[in-house]
Amino acid sequence: MQDTAPRDASGVLAVEIWRGGTDGGFARYEVPRRANQTVLDVVTHVQRQIDPTLAYRFACRVGMCGSCAMTVNGRPRWTCRTHVSKVAADGRLAVAPLANLPVVRDLVVDMAPFFDKWARAEGRFIPPQEPQSDFAVVKPASAKRRAADAGIECIGCAVCYAACDIVGWLPDYLGPAALNRAWTLVNDVRDAGRDRRLAAVAGDAGCHACHSQQGCVSHCPKQLNPTESIAGLKRATAWASLRGKL
Amino acid sequence: MGLAAGQTVNAARVEAWLWIAQRLSALLLAACVAVHLAVIIYATRQGVSAAAILGRTRGSPVALAFYGTFVAAIAMHVPIGLRAILRESIGWSGARLELATIALAVLLLALGLRAIGGLV
Repeated sequence: MQDTAPRDASGVLAVEIWRGGTDGGFARYEVPRRANQTVLDVVTHVQRQIDPTLAYRFACRVGMCGSCAMTVNGRPRWTCRTHVSKVAADGRLAVAPLANLPVVRDLVVDMAPFFDKWARAEGRFIPPQEPQSDFAVVKPASAKRRAADAGIECIGCAVCYAACDIVGWLPDYLGPAALNRAWTLVNDVRDAGRDRRLAAVAGDAGCHACHSQQGCVSHCPKQLNPTESIAGLKRATAWASLRGKL
Repeated sequence: MGLAAGQTVNAARVEAWLWIAQRLSALLLAACVAVHLAVIIYATRQGVSAAAILGRTRGSPVALAFYGTFVAAIAMHVPIGLRAILRESIGWSGARLELATIALAVLLLALGLRAIGGLV
């Protein structure tokens, strides 16, 4: 494709990219500045044009799959939908792996602890034991459906998990995404695992560890509100314990 | 969490009850602090002497009930919050954490009751 994109004064972006594992460091690269350039474009340019050994992860490039999250100038972001012009106004860009997860190499983190916590939070639909005779009717305007809707668009990018101070302090903490997922299922009227799930998400590594600082809310690229979901879980577990169900 | 299934459920119950206790005590504290501040501002603006204040609070069941509630709410609310800080910032857990929390609650209750004793 012909390059008709305007460039800035120097036409070059000074990029620092994390190389190596946890004990690694930043390496410097110079990348041509382009219009509408995303941070993922920059990382891809480095890997394809400068150093093919650079490890990073991406798939859809359109903000659906949640695989390209990285730390950009100190903040966790989805890189495919983050324009360089918005985060590197001074022409400098530092890209590092997500915080709070083990670094595999360069910009790739091990997502296993993140998704293991979804499993620990019973973040899967649990069908009733008995076969259902008819379809469940879930009215779109019902309170439970609206509560589930509010959190259902999570793409599992782990940006909230990397932004959460509590995860940094308490590595056992389930984190905003897993708890948000649990809240959507608590509000699923078809689900039969409510008591079990509430027991799984309560406790000192669960929803009660959240201080409602809302780091997750301010960083979520989908503008979800995991803090609200966690607050809902706190209320639900309180009622469950009052009823002796916890 | 490194706990057996039964213990995990137990920890879940403890945290849920602590959350309820902290929210209820916060409700009480919001009212108590507001009243307390209003009284302080009134007393200082009106130049009410310490002797005059004690004259009104000594033997007063209202003052006893109000400050008794205030102290109980503090002794309930503060240790639960500090428990979280001890766990996150210092890494305390288990019996040490729970004993420290209870000790702090007892200390705050004792100090508060001593202060009430001087007032009522």
